[in-house]
Amino acid sequence: MEQKTKIDAQNGKQEIHITRTFDLPVELLFKAYVEPEIVEQWMGTKVLKLECRKHGGYQFETTDPRGNKHGFNGVIHEFTPDQRITRTFEMENTPFGVQLEYLQFEKLSDDTSKLTMHVIYPSVEVRDQILAMPFAQGINMAHNRLQQIVNQLK
Amino acid sequence: MNLRRDVFQAIAEPTRRAILLLVASQAMTAGAIAANFDTARPTVSKHLQILTECELLEQKQNGREIFYYINAKKMKEVADFIEPFRQMWDERFNKLESVMKAYQAKKKD
Repeated sequence: MEQKTKIDAQNGKQEIHITRTFDLPVELLFKAYVEPEIVEQWMGTKVLKLECRKHGGYQFETTDPRGNKHGFNGVIHEFTPDQRITRTFEMENTPFGVQLEYLQFEKLSDDTSKLTMHVIYPSVEVRDQILAMPFAQGINMAHNRLQQIVNQLK
Repeated sequence: MNLRRDVFQAIAEPTRRAILLLVASQAMTAGAIAANFDTARPTVSKHLQILTECELLEQKQNGREIFYYINAKKMKEVADFIEPFRQMWDERFNKLESVMKAYQAKKKD
């Protein structure tokens, strides 16, 4: 089966493309990026501010299982309903800097749509670090689980 | 093939995994890394040596200090290191889809 979410990350480049098809009309897909209470539901984050207009800003905050708060913010540069959002994205208190995101929303049929995210990072190194983070976390979790099982066997 | 075993052994040790996780977000000096652990400094140095030997970490001289950073290329050789990143987005978008389907159903009521 073809994967619904695809990542195109070429070696030595400081950008990636994320594409995803949805069984949703494009209007609903776009709404998921606009309504604060909906963003909160699928992103699992608290929306402190979300100004969906040119030169508007947004601020999100997540709380990890240990109770630590993590902030995210950015500025919206282009906002065309059902078509396009161009914005910056920054993870607060990290060395990653600001990334630029081009979100393109496309109607495929009345009930299906496609999202293309073109993300540009400050450097190739930063991009590779961000791509590797879930991998490093995954290794950690897998081994922690393994450790738990081994401990139970003792 | 030796490499694969070495890398696997390298990541089988909890402190070394913790080091990889730390360095994944930011290049750090040995001192800064050691400050995150209760383990004795020479033990941390040994872990750094092993991680560097199997090329999961790389060193970069910056003035007088040596920084350790993660070698994403090597990570990629032992596993498709982008796959967990893709899965993270896939799960996020699945959530979006189900939230919006519920929203759509509610609107129709």
